[in-house]
Amino acid sequence: MKICVLVKEVPDAAVEKRINPSTGRMDRSGEKNLNPFDTHAIEAAMQLKEGGNMEVDEVVAVTMGPESAVRALHKAVSLGADRSVHLTDEALAGSDVNGTGYALAQALAKESPDLVLLGQQSDDGECYTIGAVVADHLQMPSLTQVIKIDVEDGALRCERQAEYGYDTVQVQLPAVISVGDAINEPRYPSLKAIMGAKKKPLETLATGDVGIEGDRVGFENARAHCNDFKAPPAKSAGQIIEDEDTGETVEKIIAWLDERKLIA
Amino acid sequence: MAGILVYALHYEGQINKNSLGAVSEGARLASELGTECHAIVVGEKAGLPDDLVGSLGAYGASKVFRVDGPEGLAQPVVDAMAKVISDNGHEYALFGGGLLGFEIGAGLTARLDAGVCMEVTAVRVEEGKLVAERPILQDSQIADVHYRSGVGVIIGRLNAFEATQNGAGDAAVEDVDVEFAAHSLKASMVQRGEQRGANVNIEDADVLIAGGRGLGKAEGFEALEALAGAFGGAVAATRAVVDAGWYSYSAQIGQTGKTVSPKLYLAAGISGAIQHKVGMQGSENIVAINKDSNAPIFEFSDLGIIGDLNKIVPKLTEAVKAKKGG
Repeated sequence: MKICVLVKEVPDAAVEKRINPSTGRMDRSGEKNLNPFDTHAIEAAMQLKEGGNMEVDEVVAVTMGPESAVRALHKAVSLGADRSVHLTDEALAGSDVNGTGYALAQALAKESPDLVLLGQQSDDGECYTIGAVVADHLQMPSLTQVIKIDVEDGALRCERQAEYGYDTVQVQLPAVISVGDAINEPRYPSLKAIMGAKKKPLETLATGDVGIEGDRVGFENARAHCNDFKAPPAKSAGQIIEDEDTGETVEKIIAWLDERKLIA
Repeated sequence: MAGILVYALHYEGQINKNSLGAVSEGARLASELGTECHAIVVGEKAGLPDDLVGSLGAYGASKVFRVDGPEGLAQPVVDAMAKVISDNGHEYALFGGGLLGFEIGAGLTARLDAGVCMEVTAVRVEEGKLVAERPILQDSQIADVHYRSGVGVIIGRLNAFEATQNGAGDAAVEDVDVEFAAHSLKASMVQRGEQRGANVNIEDADVLIAGGRGLGKAEGFEALEALAGAFGGAVAATRAVVDAGWYSYSAQIGQTGKTVSPKLYLAAGISGAIQHKVGMQGSENIVAINKDSNAPIFEFSDLGIIGDLNKIVPKLTEAVKAKKGG
């Protein structure tokens, strides 16, 4: 069995993200990291591989992104992936959800995975949707925001929170599953794994290698076009107290609440 | 004909409130575009009687397509909506906030080669087309999204669209037979809507003390219960801690939980992710305690305290008790 894990390089949590006003696209310069939600997807793959309830031959990390995204793949490999695939092409830059999902599906189809795992959201785009887009292209059953996966009769028994409580869904393979961060506690890579990550096989693909049609990807072909960025209606800034002397802090809170008649 | 097709989620004989809001919004936009707003429901026929389905007319749907199919899963709905849109030529598919709308909207995007925008907070008509507004980058900016596709998919943010009964009577109900794709039937619901933890009522409380991952462990809620007790309020929780089993699902705020607007919302150890914010931003007074000065919650709290909740909460509890007693 082969598991593909979709990963993404995102701006580091500490970097203030902004839109480049001249391009209308996110300024992704500065420190970058593997999308934290994806580390849970890799961990989920590793637990399936190590759990013994299903025979997992390999875990393949797959990303789409510029040259620098190789670092996200190295990180994924250091966390346990056996090899990685990097879909990179100038033609893909600025793709929207539709184009990105289509391109990733084309790259995944070449791998014919039995299971595709990904994090439920990216730390930057926050779209939650790539898994379901990819699944429709691959014609695989799909479930997002999954917080528990058990192997049962060769299928996956998944749990997730939906509108009316917790749902348990049986999903047959091959499938596309996006996972929430409650699913596991990702391991830390060993120093040896970090050092060895660059030696693991890494395949670089361009659009032509996986039959991606040029008019379906890239900024110019985005089906949904973002522009005219504006600031949200200003909300008056709240008062901030830095707690140095807790007794004093509590007095201030009580005075604030009392002024608003919140302690009846 | 052009038109807007709205997905209406239902469960146990009721249409979801966010879906009703989406139907109202769809009707408003359709009338401005000079077209019609239709709705679609998918589920077991027994759970979708004419009166329930037709009642969407009161919210502005002129017609409702009813499809017999599996409930609670996205992909059969993708098949159903793709068929109805291809038969009827709708230009937009609209979803209210919630999890299924994201999944269905995303699947439809792929199926129809459509443009999609999610977390939409407002939609307007411009030159005969719909333009969606979407907050991005932790709500620090709002982007306008224009569709350049045959069908535009609009997925609303939780509570973005208000349900208003501006429609004229019952909607016409049309049954549609859909042949589901093979992959759409390869996921099956084993159990739906399981309630985990005790059933608590948080929607009627004037004061809510909410806890998140910053509590560090399940026992952290004991201090919050004491503080809620001092106020005469109730305790709420974020999804992260509910998923972790620290607190009851029925006390959960946000995207897949409750929406509340108490007089006082005190958030302890909550970073303030959008999925939480959408469920509590209507609160009259928001107080946040967090040790991370960069936590997004400080962007929308009225009073923010940067500090250790383990030190502050017990002292605050004593002080509230003293104040009430005095």
